[in-house]
Amino acid sequence: MIIGDRKSLAEILDMIKDCRNILITGCKGCVTVCNVGGLKEVQVLASSLKIARKKEGRPITIEENLLERQCDPEYIAEVSDIIHNYDAVVSMACGVGPQFLSEAYPKQKFFPAINTKFFGGATAHGIWEERCAGCGSCVIHQYDGLCPISRCSKSLMNGPCGGSANGLCEISRDVVCIWDMIVKKKMEQGRLDDLLAVAPAKDWSTSRDGGPRKSIREELTQ
Amino acid sequence: MDTFEPQIVAFCCKYCAYAAADLAGSMRLAYPPNVKIVQLPCTGRVDIFHLLTAIEDGADGVYVAGCLEGECHFMKGNFRARKKVEYVKKTLAELGIEPERVEMYNLSSAMGPRFAEIAQEMTDRIKELGPSPVRTETV
Repeated sequence: MIIGDRKSLAEILDMIKDCRNILITGCKGCVTVCNVGGLKEVQVLASSLKIARKKEGRPITIEENLLERQCDPEYIAEVSDIIHNYDAVVSMACGVGPQFLSEAYPKQKFFPAINTKFFGGATAHGIWEERCAGCGSCVIHQYDGLCPISRCSKSLMNGPCGGSANGLCEISRDVVCIWDMIVKKKMEQGRLDDLLAVAPAKDWSTSRDGGPRKSIREELTQ
Repeated sequence: MDTFEPQIVAFCCKYCAYAAADLAGSMRLAYPPNVKIVQLPCTGRVDIFHLLTAIEDGADGVYVAGCLEGECHFMKGNFRARKKVEYVKKTLAELGIEPERVEMYNLSSAMGPRFAEIAQEMTDRIKELGPSPVRTETV
């Protein structure tokens, strides 16, 4: 899923400093699962902003809303009746949400409350880690299910580098060297020879180097 | 400021703090009437949103009182509540409001005098801090 962190209250307060009446809209998709932009988080942000504005002596009216998903036009359409009742709309979805909203309602102002960070999963309650870089050409089968693109600090296709020590990456003691894990797994499985083959340089044209990407499924288009 | 009577909301677990409040009553112990109690089935039930809403609606102080650590009937409810209290403290600090207005306490159902002591301690603390900057009218 897409993982994000909420922006600081100071940053959000600055965005809405001229507003007296806003809508905060959450998303029931990824951001609900990673506890950053679902119903509870919408309530907490709304309450926090109202406290801040009451303290300033400039109270703000905040309506709360939750969309099924903010990355599909049919759900974005659900707020068409109310969207222009506010000075601005704060989206708690990933970066896709405020853009879809802006495209659907060009006269309204939309602010992102979330910093979208990566594709990942929960490794423990409250802890999420990156597992995919969305590079557009998956190679994890060559590395026994461990992705060196997203999990190696240098995205090395041939590793480890000299910065690997005691299973950790040189950039931080909190970062596991994925190449250490790949080598250990290959040894356990008796397939260390796989690593004798030099992996060719990765074709990054399927990633961001190829510009904004699009996926078209002819069988679904209408 | 001498006449300031704080409004304090106490979220109390029914197995410990709420029962301790009952005991304090049975023991005829006096504690400040500033404290308004909300009974919870466990402090794990309390949400960040509940604590913030109390502040938003004008409470000068809020505290959560749960079982002694390791004694929660639902194993981790009081630890979870403590983390939520810490979150709210951080939020208040970010907004320039004294984080001391929110607190977490642990006690057992046998600690009636301690319940009265906590209520007094929190009331004294909030009196010292003065009215909440969010408070616009009498709650």
